[in-house]
Amino acid sequence: MTTASLVSDLVTSFKTTARLVIVGASLAGLRAAEALRDEGFTGSLTLIGDEVHEPYDRPPLSKQVLKGWVPAGNTKLPRMRAVDADWRLGVAAIGLDRANREVLLANGEKVPYDRLLIATGVRSRQWFNPDEAKLAGLFTLRTCDDAAKLQEALQAKPGRVLIIGAGFIGSEMASVCRDLGLEVTVAERSTAPLVGALGGVIGDIAAKMQRDAGVDLRTNVSVEALEGDAGGHVRRARLSDGTALDVDVVVASLGSIRNIEWLDGAQLAAGFWGVACDAGCRAFDINGVVTDTIFVAGDIARAPHVLYEYQFLSIEHVDAAVLAAQTAAHNMVNLETNRRPHLPLPQFWSAQFGVNIKGVGVCSFGDEIVFTQGSPEDHRFVAAYGRKGRIVAAVTFNHGKWLDYYAAMIERSAPFPPPPPGYDLPTNAEPMPARFRDPREPTGLPDVVLTGHDPTSRGAEFRPKRPKSGDPNS
Amino acid sequence: MRIVVDLNRCLGYAQCVPLAPDVLRLQGEEALAYDPNPDDSERQRVLRAAASCPVQAIIVELDPPADRTTK
Repeated sequence: MTTASLVSDLVTSFKTTARLVIVGASLAGLRAAEALRDEGFTGSLTLIGDEVHEPYDRPPLSKQVLKGWVPAGNTKLPRMRAVDADWRLGVAAIGLDRANREVLLANGEKVPYDRLLIATGVRSRQWFNPDEAKLAGLFTLRTCDDAAKLQEALQAKPGRVLIIGAGFIGSEMASVCRDLGLEVTVAERSTAPLVGALGGVIGDIAAKMQRDAGVDLRTNVSVEALEGDAGGHVRRARLSDGTALDVDVVVASLGSIRNIEWLDGAQLAAGFWGVACDAGCRAFDINGVVTDTIFVAGDIARAPHVLYEYQFLSIEHVDAAVLAAQTAAHNMVNLETNRRPHLPLPQFWSAQFGVNIKGVGVCSFGDEIVFTQGSPEDHRFVAAYGRKGRIVAAVTFNHGKWLDYYAAMIERSAPFPPPPPGYDLPTNAEPMPARFRDPREPTGLPDVVLTGHDPTSRGAEFRPKRPKSGDPNS
Repeated sequence: MRIVVDLNRCLGYAQCVPLAPDVLRLQGEEALAYDPNPDDSERQRVLRAAASCPVQAIIVELDPPADRTTK
């Protein structure tokens, strides 16, 4: 028997007898399960998710669901194929025992694996004051249960809504409030909305869009305290500029936290920015050594990217989750000569105030920006971001049909400023500073972040095992 | 039935909107909003809308797989 045929037999046997476990039953987990079956995997497949709901689509929650058009439970994801999996929904994973290759569940069960996919994603950051966080009328938005409760509160026609944090989701919620005819105040610590993701030049345009739509936008201000009435319902917010607001609904849109706590003691390179993995989705351990059996995909993954100086990139985007899930699935059931890299060009969209915002690349990697097409005054334009004479990203406002043109230039690191397309030129086509904030200044966290070159030095931390209730080993 | 529109791929041509106006809507000039779980009575309209998309961004679950038990 030749080596090649022996190896081929091993792969075939693995695909029929292995036990694969996916922790995280949202978009990345579902698409990975489907991709594993597409790869010809016929062995045992288990999906573990802490939410009781089957996988659902999250982007509509801050838009058509809040608006009241689509019920919160009606964003369930279409299935691309049967996955014939053992679904363990409504039970969280609370530990990972790498020595015995077992996932520990909150109900005390242990699920053995031969290959594991970590896709536990992120959760929304809660209000910092735990007493105030108990107030009725205070919301966050991440899950469909969150969306159902917030939609109900908006439906009741509150006197004023306060949204804390003007990232993409906060801005989309403000847009919905105005569509519903509600008075809304947006409080943002930075100089303008969307600054963390798109910089100050675009942030100024986003600020004008909000104010034109009737949003009471307060910038360079933080909310320091929330006060409730006798019934424990939020009624007042105190701002850092000394003012106070009478409010009935408050939404804390403060960004996300990666769900890494269940990996405490597993000695993986897990930290604030997620779990570090290589371009093939294989997790690194805390010493920067790549693992053979553990893979990572979705919002929790942090992987090096060739286009961005091989820095580890954290991406909270839908398409990155789907593509990483497919790559991880492929690599989980193949040996090294057949493995594929996951090197997505980050892409995102946001609909707010009647404007379709789309982007490609990592905007905050650039330090210059140039308007290349259209009219910023009319909120119809393309702007490109540059760094050291190369184009690294582009953003469009109601000009999405041009995005692929720029994506192709970003993929080949074309010169910045890019050549003008020849018509539809803006009046000012000179590059200018993009005005990203000093990373040490407080602002909303952007949803794409370059997190340094080392799998373990930046953000990864040693997280010893802590006793937990329900953990049979404690 | 269940659909998802790949809004990275969608370029706002809006060919789909008049074919299934209760499921697919344009908000502003090019932002598409959709009902992810429309009523089964929309099935023919949704299939026509998906077929009309110049960039094939509308993903439709044609037949629920046997192992999907929930509606």
